[in-house]
Amino acid sequence: METAVANTRTRTSIWSGGRSPFNVSYGKLMMWYFLVSDSFTFGAFLISYGSIRFSLNNWVDHNYVFNKFPFTEANLPLAFVSLMTFILIFSSVTMVLAVHQGHKMNQAGVEKWLFLTILGGLAFLGCQAWEWTHLITHQHEVLVDGVIQHWGTTVSHNPWGPEVMYDGHLVATPGPVAFGGYFFGITGFHGFHVFTGVVINSVMFIKTKRGDFAKRGHYEMVEKAGLYWHFVDLVWVFVFLCFYLI
Amino acid sequence: MSAEITHLPHTEADTAHVKRIWKAFWILLVLTIIELALGLTIYYIDLGADPNETMVLMIKGTICILTLAKAFYIISIFMHLGDEVRSMILSIGIPATLFIWFIVAFIADGASFRHLRNTDAGSRKYIEQKQQFHHPIAEPAEKSDKKLD
Repeated sequence: METAVANTRTRTSIWSGGRSPFNVSYGKLMMWYFLVSDSFTFGAFLISYGSIRFSLNNWVDHNYVFNKFPFTEANLPLAFVSLMTFILIFSSVTMVLAVHQGHKMNQAGVEKWLFLTILGGLAFLGCQAWEWTHLITHQHEVLVDGVIQHWGTTVSHNPWGPEVMYDGHLVATPGPVAFGGYFFGITGFHGFHVFTGVVINSVMFIKTKRGDFAKRGHYEMVEKAGLYWHFVDLVWVFVFLCFYLI
Repeated sequence: MSAEITHLPHTEADTAHVKRIWKAFWILLVLTIIELALGLTIYYIDLGADPNETMVLMIKGTICILTLAKAFYIISIFMHLGDEVRSMILSIGIPATLFIWFIVAFIADGASFRHLRNTDAGSRKYIEQKQQFHHPIAEPAEKSDKKLD
């Protein structure tokens, strides 16, 4: 008698099958778990960067490495990266609005906001391309073994080390090589995520336009793409913190 | 399947939801602007002859806290994790607490490595050398020199 009661109780528990205990679909839950694992990948990169920074007596001064804006030679620390950050926050809000229109089964609304999200993603990638080009091609005076050389910022060259007096003026010495590797590696990995996000969003846009989701009866795919896109924004918040702010 | 997908039939709930999204957006924007202002404050403190390092460290700590606040808003409002079932939030939140150990352990490891290197594994005292990282900004003669090369 008692076992029978216990059995009924188990059967009605949310873990006894027949429905999702988390009240989400399999695909959405797995997207979440993928993002958790991806956050550990990014976390590993950023923490390794932090570890190296803490192990060295000097690093670079980011306010001097990242102080340029397109079409001007003025000294504008933080300006360009703020633009990139605003673009990404804005494309995040357009994405969440696209997901919201999907809940309402409003195809035109999904199309409009997804389109703006894709534009935001492309704008961000454009900014990153400019920033990388600028860092790699813009050369700086460095004193290497008593000889003045001109270096761009690359994975093998860092012209942002401490400055010393040479020939009556201050000249930079080579800084830690790790800087270029970490900067290009981590922002590159993030940029690659943005790129795949743009591709995924474009697929979502095409499928919405073709009416695939309207036929299916729900826009859950857009929601999953949205999770990925917000994650990209989330990672940027930390990349922005680690490379440009502290 | 379809039971798990939320539809929003009511217009009131709808406007409230959209309002919440935009509110989160403005919060993120304001937090970012505060972060930038603090970042620029560090820049100007560093320009001074003898920058107050404790002050800079405290500002950097504040920026880290603001970043965590931004992360919270993105995850809970934009990614809607705040609206999910509690057990699902925990299944994501509990593994994420590993980051606390992860960050503390590796930063401490880096700091220890630096100490060992600076003191030849503790066999000598480390005398810190102040190093200059940038020209004092207002030096026009130097700037025009730089442009030529």
